Amino acid sequence: MKILAFDTSNTAMSVAVVDGQQLLAEKTVNVRKNHSIQLMPTIDLLLQDAKWTPQMLERIVVAEGPGSYTGLRIAATTAKTLAWTLGIDLVGVSSLQVLAQNAAMLEGQWICPLFDARRGNFYTGLYRINMDGQAVVIEPDTHIALVEWLDYLAHQDKTIYFVGEDAWKIKDTIKKHLADRAYFSKAILQTPDAWQLSQLGACKEVTDIHTFVPQYLKLAEAEANWLARHTLQEGESLVDTY
Amino acid sequence: MKILAIESSCDETSAAVIEDGCRQLSNVVASQIKSHKRFGGVVPEIASRHHVEFITLVIEEALQRAQCTLKEIDAVAVTEGPGLVGALLIGVSAAKAIAYAAGLPLIPVNHIAGHIYAANLNDTLEFPLLALVVSGGHTELVYMKESGSYEIIGETRDDAVGEAYDKIGRVIGVPYPGGKHIDEMAHHGKDRYNFPRAMIKEDHYDFSFSGLKSAFINKVHNAQQRDEVLDSNDLAASFQAAAVDVLIDKTIRAAKEYPVKQVVLAGGVAANSALRNELAKAVEHELPNVRLIVPPLSLTGDNAAMIGAAAYIAYTRGERAELDLNAKPGLSL
Repeated sequence: MKILAFDTSNTAMSVAVVDGQQLLAEKTVNVRKNHSIQLMPTIDLLLQDAKWTPQMLERIVVAEGPGSYTGLRIAATTAKTLAWTLGIDLVGVSSLQVLAQNAAMLEGQWICPLFDARRGNFYTGLYRINMDGQAVVIEPDTHIALVEWLDYLAHQDKTIYFVGEDAWKIKDTIKKHLADRAYFSKAILQTPDAWQLSQLGACKEVTDIHTFVPQYLKLAEAEANWLARHTLQEGESLVDTY
Repeated sequence: MKILAIESSCDETSAAVIEDGCRQLSNVVASQIKSHKRFGGVVPEIASRHHVEFITLVIEEALQRAQCTLKEIDAVAVTEGPGLVGALLIGVSAAKAIAYAAGLPLIPVNHIAGHIYAANLNDTLEFPLLALVVSGGHTELVYMKESGSYEIIGETRDDAVGEAYDKIGRVIGVPYPGGKHIDEMAHHGKDRYNFPRAMIKEDHYDFSFSGLKSAFINKVHNAQQRDEVLDSNDLAASFQAAAVDVLIDKTIRAAKEYPVKQVVLAGGVAANSALRNELAKAVEHELPNVRLIVPPLSLTGDNAAMIGAAAYIAYTRGERAELDLNAKPGLSL
């Protein structure tokens, strides 16, 4: 299966062109750059490197979140529109699972990817590397106060590998809660890798293109405030098409 | 030549198919007004989220209604700015993806140019012309010496006129967007409060609406403190008269100074009945050799048909964007 995979959930952009399990071309940029400017030219460049035309693609795999809202929307919109235009499959994969997958060599271990969501909150989840070297969900992705999450992890009788650049930044806090049960391995890649993303997406169920949206895991503030005081009627649409 | 046009600069997700810049084969709009009504104004993050939900749906619908497939499309056009950056990015990302995957040229379009060229869909623009662009985000007098050339000769120094309408609408207590309601109420009221006509005597073509807005709010608050009840319809009529007076006065003066054949009224506030009627009267009385063009109501608000109309001109002038096209929230003409 000919796959184009990309992730622009956070600072890093990773794009890969993959044939089945074989990587043909990949580029990861981990400096703060505008994803809107660099994503499409990179896709174009890598497809040329692979000597493919867009029409040869069979599947688009995109990191669907959580992460930076703007980055998620650029990736999701690009992915769904490419898939729609080419008439091919679209698959969304958790951006946290993509990071957890970087620890694929740690069979049986528990992996905790983290993204800073600001104000003491993090996007995180808990994964285990199964016998096939796949990161599978133990605790689904969530938006949570760091203290609450670390308290939960401290009550699990397991060693946990933390992944992600944001995890390294709060190493000391994590160690305070988990002491010697927290691991930070230099052997694990700390940035998303679109090749790993493509492999997770290759075996995942196809999603509906039109209704595909990022997994923000957090309501817009105004929406949350409104929902605290109102309920949306069933079947009520907030957008009218004419 | 068929252009697939996409617009997502504020709170409408829209796609259209336009033939030769003047024939509208389809124009699909997904309007988020109901959603933003909940908050009394457009919330940018929520607007961006809605755009992702609807972008491919409106594009598909636009092609279906035009009874054509992507194979029959010759170019893709998109609003690159001005507007809300997060909202613009959805249209820009989608347009680039289609242009790339379908191997089509990509045409970047200025949203304001789109509002002006909306008039080309039901009429024919003749140059030189003067355009009064009025909406929730813009108040501009644009002189166009020829097609595709834009000179802003006057603009608001603070609030856009539509923004002022929405803000005083909140004070009067009408739902967002306030403009339509104020317009209706104004018909039942009288211009009794003599609100300021800002900069009307000054010899430039700039506007200011924040003073008018403040005068309005002060009037209402002072009355409340004295337990005095003001007639809402009179308030609406007084506000509208002040706003419309300035817009028309400056437009007519500019049209006399510049050698124009046409005056074009454009943008969301072009739906305002007082502005349409008064401007028509003023042009008839004071500019005998000038024709006024007012777009049909369906094309005054944000829509992709107007982007397609403007894109055709841009296309003939050789304007193209590459795959690194970005949203330009503060883009000027």
